[in-house]
Amino acid sequence: MRCGVLALQGDWAAHLAVLDRLGTAGLAVRSAADLAAVEALVLPGGESTAMLRLMEAERLDERIADRIDHGMPVLATCAGVILLARRCEPDQPSLDRLDVDVARNAFGRQVHSRVATVELAAALGPPPRLDGVFIRAPRILRAGPGVEVLGRLDGEPVLLRQGGILAATFHPELTGDLRVHRMLVDRGAHDGR
Amino acid sequence: MGTETERFRVKVGLAEMLKGGVILDVTTAEQAKIAEDAGAAAVMALERVPADIRVQGGVARMAAIEKIVEIQECVDIPVMAKVRIGHIVEAQMLEALEVDFIDESEVLTPADEENHISKHRFTVPFVCGCRNLGEALRRIGEGAAMIRTKGEAGSGDIVEAVRHLRAVKRAIGTLTVLDEHELMAEAKLLGAPFELVAWVAEHGRLPVPNFAAGGVATPADAALCMTLGAEAVFVGSGVFKSSDPPQRARAIVEAVTHWQDPARLVEISRGLAEPMSGLEASKLTSEEMLSRRGW
Repeated sequence: MRCGVLALQGDWAAHLAVLDRLGTAGLAVRSAADLAAVEALVLPGGESTAMLRLMEAERLDERIADRIDHGMPVLATCAGVILLARRCEPDQPSLDRLDVDVARNAFGRQVHSRVATVELAAALGPPPRLDGVFIRAPRILRAGPGVEVLGRLDGEPVLLRQGGILAATFHPELTGDLRVHRMLVDRGAHDGR
Repeated sequence: MGTETERFRVKVGLAEMLKGGVILDVTTAEQAKIAEDAGAAAVMALERVPADIRVQGGVARMAAIEKIVEIQECVDIPVMAKVRIGHIVEAQMLEALEVDFIDESEVLTPADEENHISKHRFTVPFVCGCRNLGEALRRIGEGAAMIRTKGEAGSGDIVEAVRHLRAVKRAIGTLTVLDEHELMAEAKLLGAPFELVAWVAEHGRLPVPNFAAGGVATPADAALCMTLGAEAVFVGSGVFKSSDPPQRARAIVEAVTHWQDPARLVEISRGLAEPMSGLEASKLTSEEMLSRRGW
């Protein structure tokens, strides 16, 4: 199974490093041809407006949405969640593949960024918590009925799953905890069989 | 909030998010919007772009409060702002304003000709310029969460950026081949903290993200910085002193993403309107070189 990381802007290299630690072949995805060569995809942290702009060239947004519709597993972190959300505040375009509404930078500017404990569902295995690095993080305002909450911060959803989509408003790629990425890789390996 | 280690992790975390991006100098809310629409990863709010600071002279200071707030209110991407080297109070004020990143910058007139700000106690992250590895590690020792090579701001000439990127890259390479007995003497030569020198020798890179700045005027200039090891690019006068800023901003943003793809760079650069005119950096006197500021 080859796992791509959308490498238009943001901390895509940190995701590739995690995949490497998991023994999964990773590929930096910058073009339609790159996308066609992977079986799973990570949408990394960064700036969602920059990524949207850079996806226009080869209609990567539509191509990714289409791959998701055909079952490609995806892990979205921070800006990646904004890209997949149904609606975003303030209003901006999206792939509309995850049934949530999000508010961008809802916890405030950088001085309010922090490391905080996320309470995890059993699906991720022990221990039932992880250190979440929240950088100018988005907030989930609404999650649809088909969306399962796998992690919470102070009661609010921060790690979600809907079919093959995993979405974290924090940055599992910036900690040593590999469980979120492992969940993506396991799903990809399972589908590939 | 949190331990010092956690705080530093969060500071470097934002620098990580800016990688592969372009940080554009802007002087108005309108320019900030153009930058965001073009795909900039962040904007730098300032009073005058470096090319104008050069021409107009006078003391260059932190931007006016109203200007920073106006820019913060009109974009959703991070907003950075510059303080004079060593101006602790300008930095405290920018932190109170909740700018996302502070650039302690040689482009402004220095407030202290011996000391930079100790950046550890601040919650807001700092970026600082460097010309070489020793300067980079002194700034990291003071708490900088991001380093940018200085280049020569406002010149439109890439030669100094190349010089500084190469100097950092070469010095890191040298450290990795020294044996442990040589590291203290090398730290003394570099004028850098021993622990950081030892860290770089072991890992072969800076402990914080390393961006480039100063003199970027074309998509090819930006791609060259990436080729020489920069992880993102600051563009000052190069966009808003060119004849079609939105077009040039978009082109430079794409060039930083596709820097390894020459065919794509040709497409990106085709039909661009005139770049900024520029000043040859080698014709500047020592006093005119902004990159000489900082210690």
